[in-house]
Amino acid sequence: VIVPTSWYLLLAAALFAIGAAGALTRRNGITIFLSIELMLNAANLTLVAYARQWGEHTGQLVVFFVLAVAAAEAAVGLALFIAVFRQRRTIDVNRLNLMRW
Amino acid sequence: MEILIFAIFAALAVVSAIVVVAHRSPVYSTMSLVVTLFSVAVLFVLLGAPFLAALQILIYAGAIVVLFLFVIMLLNLQKSENRTFTSPQLWMAMLGAVVFAGMLVLLVSQTGERPLGPLTAEQVSLENLATALFSRYLLPFEIVGLLLLAAVIGATVAARKPPEGDEASPPPREDYVVESQKEARP
Repeated sequence: VIVPTSWYLLLAAALFAIGAAGALTRRNGITIFLSIELMLNAANLTLVAYARQWGEHTGQLVVFFVLAVAAAEAAVGLALFIAVFRQRRTIDVNRLNLMRW
Repeated sequence: MEILIFAIFAALAVVSAIVVVAHRSPVYSTMSLVVTLFSVAVLFVLLGAPFLAALQILIYAGAIVVLFLFVIMLLNLQKSENRTFTSPQLWMAMLGAVVFAGMLVLLVSQTGERPLGPLTAEQVSLENLATALFSRYLLPFEIVGLLLLAAVIGATVAARKPPEGDEASPPPREDYVVESQKEARP
């Protein structure tokens, strides 16, 4: 029996919601980053599920590009965390409020 | 059989995703993310995308997670954050996530779908994927290469230790941290 596409979509929705809740509530910069990776992965799952549904390659290619962008984003983001940590000795996002208001 | 595999790895993905966002220690969160990524890779295989599953494990679990762990160790963040959630923020975020997921579930349940046929060799073939990537999507491919180069340079510059006497990047201000910590607890 083949798993219907909607099950994959529901799973992706659940993963995305969990990641969104994490990104909104956590204060540790690293954990927020992990939550963003989670959301990217949920989007990837959706794309692959639709690629399977329509028998198309385009969805899989988009996932390929998303993976590359995620790698670049992780590298630059973590480098920024190192730079911020050097200045402030913390990456608690509640204390990084220089540009707030 | 396929449904059984889907159920096991979907449950594993959701549980480990919850651990990622809920665990106090960033190291455990990162290790839990590996489990999620691996489960999603298995689902990619079920969906007929073995190449993406391999990429997912190589790039995410292999490279990105190692980078995360490296930074956690480098910044000495193993100790857990002391959790003083501002309650309204937590509840609003939970509400937002639940409403969002509910809307997606509603949307998915409203749309009809064609039943899937079995996977064909053409759908799984890496050759078709590569042909499309290097012909029709060649320009985005090259741009991604450029993006990765820019990211490497940017990350190196951002994480570099500022040279002595560099006006643009003053030494860390310990006084500021102390002051903001005072502000943090009223």
